Amino acid sequence: MDGLISFLTAAIVAGTPILFATVGEIITEKSGHLNLGVEGLMMMGAVMGFSVGLSTGSPAAAMLAAMAAGATGSLIYAFLTISLRANQVVTGLALTIFGTGLASFLGQKLVGQVAPEAIKTFFKPMVLPGLGQIPFIGQVFFRQDAFVYFGYLMALGAGFYLYYTRPGRHIRAIGENPGAADAAGVNVTLYRYAHILAGGALCGLGGAYLSLVYVPAWQDNVTAGRGWIAVALVIFAAWNPFKALMGAYLFGGLDIIGFRIQGSAIHISQYIIDMLPYVVTIVVLVAVSMKKSKEMAPPKHLGLPYYREER
Amino acid sequence: MENYISMRNISKSFGKVVANRNINLTVKKGEIHALLGENGAGKSTLMNMLSGVYTPDSGSIFVKEKEVRFASPKDAIDQGIGMIYQHFKLVENMTAAENIVLGRRTGLFAGRKALNREIGEISRRFGLDIDPGKKVYDMSVGERQTLEILKVLYRGADILILDEPTAVLTPQETSKLFDIMRRMKEEGHAVIFITHKMNEVMEVSDRITVLRKGETVGTVDKAETNPKLLTEMMVGRPVDLSIRRVKVPKGRKLLEVKSVNAVNQYGGPVLKSVSFELFAGEILGVAGVAGSGQKELCESIAGLYPIKQGEVLFENESLIGLSPSAIIKKGVSFSFVPEDRLGMGLVASMGMVDNIVLKQYQSQRGLFIDRRPAVEKSRQIIESLDINTPGIHHPVRQLSGGNIQKVLLGRELDSNPHLLITAYPVRGLDINTCYTIYDLLNREKEKGVGVLFVAEDLDVLIELSDRIMVMYNGEIAGIYDAEKCTKEMLGLLMTGNKLEGTEGLQ
Amino acid sequence: MRLRFVKRSEINKKSGLAIRGTAILLALLATTLFIAFLKLNPLSVYISMLDGSFGSAYRVKETIIKTVPLVITSLGIAVAFKMQFWNIGGEGQIAMGAFMASFVALRMPELPKPLLLALMIAAGMVGGGLWALLPAFFKARWGTNETIVTLMMNYIALKYVTYLQYGPWRDPKALGFPKIPNFSDNAILPNLFGVHIGWVFALILTAAMFIFMNHSKKGYEIAVLGESEHTARYAGINIRNTIIVSLLISGGLCGLTGMIQASAVANTLSYEVSGGIGYTAIITTWLSGLSAPFIILTSFLFSILIQGGSFIQTSFGIPQSAAQIIQGIILFFVLGSEFFTRYRLVVRKGES
Repeated sequence: MDGLISFLTAAIVAGTPILFATVGEIITEKSGHLNLGVEGLMMMGAVMGFSVGLSTGSPAAAMLAAMAAGATGSLIYAFLTISLRANQVVTGLALTIFGTGLASFLGQKLVGQVAPEAIKTFFKPMVLPGLGQIPFIGQVFFRQDAFVYFGYLMALGAGFYLYYTRPGRHIRAIGENPGAADAAGVNVTLYRYAHILAGGALCGLGGAYLSLVYVPAWQDNVTAGRGWIAVALVIFAAWNPFKALMGAYLFGGLDIIGFRIQGSAIHISQYIIDMLPYVVTIVVLVAVSMKKSKEMAPPKHLGLPYYREER
Repeated sequence: MENYISMRNISKSFGKVVANRNINLTVKKGEIHALLGENGAGKSTLMNMLSGVYTPDSGSIFVKEKEVRFASPKDAIDQGIGMIYQHFKLVENMTAAENIVLGRRTGLFAGRKALNREIGEISRRFGLDIDPGKKVYDMSVGERQTLEILKVLYRGADILILDEPTAVLTPQETSKLFDIMRRMKEEGHAVIFITHKMNEVMEVSDRITVLRKGETVGTVDKAETNPKLLTEMMVGRPVDLSIRRVKVPKGRKLLEVKSVNAVNQYGGPVLKSVSFELFAGEILGVAGVAGSGQKELCESIAGLYPIKQGEVLFENESLIGLSPSAIIKKGVSFSFVPEDRLGMGLVASMGMVDNIVLKQYQSQRGLFIDRRPAVEKSRQIIESLDINTPGIHHPVRQLSGGNIQKVLLGRELDSNPHLLITAYPVRGLDINTCYTIYDLLNREKEKGVGVLFVAEDLDVLIELSDRIMVMYNGEIAGIYDAEKCTKEMLGLLMTGNKLEGTEGLQ
Repeated sequence: MRLRFVKRSEINKKSGLAIRGTAILLALLATTLFIAFLKLNPLSVYISMLDGSFGSAYRVKETIIKTVPLVITSLGIAVAFKMQFWNIGGEGQIAMGAFMASFVALRMPELPKPLLLALMIAAGMVGGGLWALLPAFFKARWGTNETIVTLMMNYIALKYVTYLQYGPWRDPKALGFPKIPNFSDNAILPNLFGVHIGWVFALILTAAMFIFMNHSKKGYEIAVLGESEHTARYAGINIRNTIIVSLLISGGLCGLTGMIQASAVANTLSYEVSGGIGYTAIITTWLSGLSAPFIILTSFLFSILIQGGSFIQTSFGIPQSAAQIIQGIILFFVLGSEFFTRYRLVVRKGES
């Protein structure tokens, strides 16, 4: 039982960076834009968050820097795909190449550095009064660090925002039929910019969690494909932040299962176990694509440019 | 009466194409003003400028005597202008109520009760009937249009623009729409009604402005004109608007469809035991509300849609299980003109030659393509159908709608099919080209080709077809001798009503 | 005065090239600023890069050696991109091609040279082709998103090769150093004019690809399918078959790259065999406008960037990742420039 609890607790920690990136990409895709630059955005957030955290020792400054990095990266994407109507797939790939390169470039001097004590202390697991005492559930969910709690709130908040508020309804309408939203007087361009930037900021946060809290030290290529897994999880979660919670923690579990198996009596090469999250991502994607239903459908206008005066 | 709208010397071009040149239009309070013109005359472009979608290149717009300049549709909405687009601007997976409040500043969270009350109020005032909780994808075309109207009225519009609203409606739905329009007029609203159908103009409008080739021909009072004069204004010369029906003796049985069933990707039925026969030298018209299974029927004959159950026999051989290319080789030709005209049958970025190759290359030998026959064919088709293009390699995307369709039809007819399936071949064409295409269909019929002709315009169906098959909700509602059909009767069948005592017509 | 964008009625080839050229110049300008930001003299960096690429016969050869895998991989990726199948799995397909070729090379080192090389080429192409076939099959059968699947398979392939290198294939004679044994001489591609024969492959394949894309039935079907799946269906094109065939070609070419890199460049297999070629080739492919002859040009330019980049790494202490940033910047500018081939800016005098 204790083993299970500690495994699940760790799974949630490992799933948190993926959760941020997944919800970020959901918000982006709800606006009708497919941003494949998540991996690059996470890297940018990871490096900016880490270096600002290192120099200031302030968790807030580090988080803000990571968000700013993610938002800036997605601003490039937004400008190219919204204003200049560039191909969304290739622009996203370019962003990943650029972001990965930038992170590795800026991170050159950070290799081997460890996150400062102030930040490590700030993100120490804390037991929530009351909730933390609930057997099992409380032990798994409510003895976590502040970032994980923020993740719960962020995902629930994003879900509430998308489905129950006016701007949320507008952005969903834009992703489905930008022409209809435009004709109804919604500022399509502004909404798209705002949501793509917000999505990018969340991806940046996910990256910063990896470098500052999860590892917590700088290592090259710290995201290791988690950005791509997040893109896959968006499909798995059917563009719904509530479902993303479940998916992200599931993948968090897969992420750490390798360490657990290694500690046990089973002998499998670490490199083979490392493949697991990628293999499972493929399996999940194929399974989701085999089962088609109206509820699982992507935003109708996803990936297509919109220009009012097109003719 | 007060002038609600006044558009002065409006011009607009797209690239080299001039869509509007110095157009003038004045619309008064409490009138239904018809904007009449052929497809491509510039009606939609003009109205898109009035509703803030396009920006005019030059000229000025006055709303209630005040000059306005719209940067976006929102500006136009704020001035009380509401447009009901030909292709509805609705979000399919949202409810009617959600669509109505889209873009409104009604606070951060939606107060559903107050909203429903307000919607109910407007519905009663104008005689609109809508269920606010219903999702758009569950709505019929008529319901969607009602929702569009409700949407603009909710925004407080007192100037309504309806862009070809009747094109997709049954005759019964059309007369209901006209009632609503009259109600709006009584309320003191101004209604602009875009159409190219003469009888509708005469039925509902007060004044008529005619456009031709992007220019204003003139504005007339309905009382002082007649359909013949209007047609002349619209086309620029006197025209005979009747379609000739060619008499051809009934030929052999070409196609037999026996209790065909098909389902969509979610498992819902789209064709329900559809059975009919088609003979050589016959035009079998297919009528039905959009989405009644016409497309699926055509596609399942052409081998493009999986048939769950049933038989399709072509010249007594089963087509089921054959690949689309094998069916093409047997002499079945299929062209479907979608709303955007491209994307089904033509490759937009390729030129005429490469588009003609599309139907030729599979019968060529070897691994490589010989384009010479297609070059030759392109020149012939340009000649015979009078296609206007800068060159045979010029991307078809950049041709006008009419020319694109001529390329498509020219190619299909060139393969000398025995069975020609054609859906919406005249969609969006000017009158001249429409008649060219009707003539083409008649010529094929004279050659002994069987034609399955899916269309929206009931007048054309009745005049051109030998028999008319009505589809409703994936079923055949009946097959009738076209000469004995009336529009009203087809309209009833299209919406699922049963006819009494009409067995004799079949 | 107001500014507006108006759609161009005709795209002429000359202005298209001019716009693309301008974009690359602007990208260079941005790169210059980036270098200046690093407190280095951009001019001397550029000169040093050219020196690193062309400064001696050896460096020219190195530049050509770096061009070869880019050309072949880009040709492969172009086939998939033409169909709007976003194969970003070049990296993994290269690794699996190299793995299969190495398997042959290590198992049958004593076979006569021509036979062994032919077998290795075949094995490499099969390895890459099969690695691309899987996502192609998923896409054709269920419409599974190919971007993510191909990318995930990159990770799997590289982990697998790492596993071999550290595990079963590890050379016991390497004194604890984790490496796979070197190939026998018979398994190494010969040189022609001082550079391994891969450059001849690249030239022949470019010509073949040009003919394939423009004159063959399959190439035509790929282009039609890329433009519109509906149209392809209506024309009776076998969509599944077309997806599978084009991805076998795409992956096969990437696999060939893997074979060439393992045989001629590294003389063995290692997890660094793909070295980012699969990603760089995405850029060179896109910049070429998916046209085979232009692929040679863009690949050559990028190998100057890479070769010059590794040269300035030592002389200026600029990390290798700077080259990656510059690649990203160039791609951003070219992506943005495409807008201006379709639209032009109109300045209008204000009116009342």
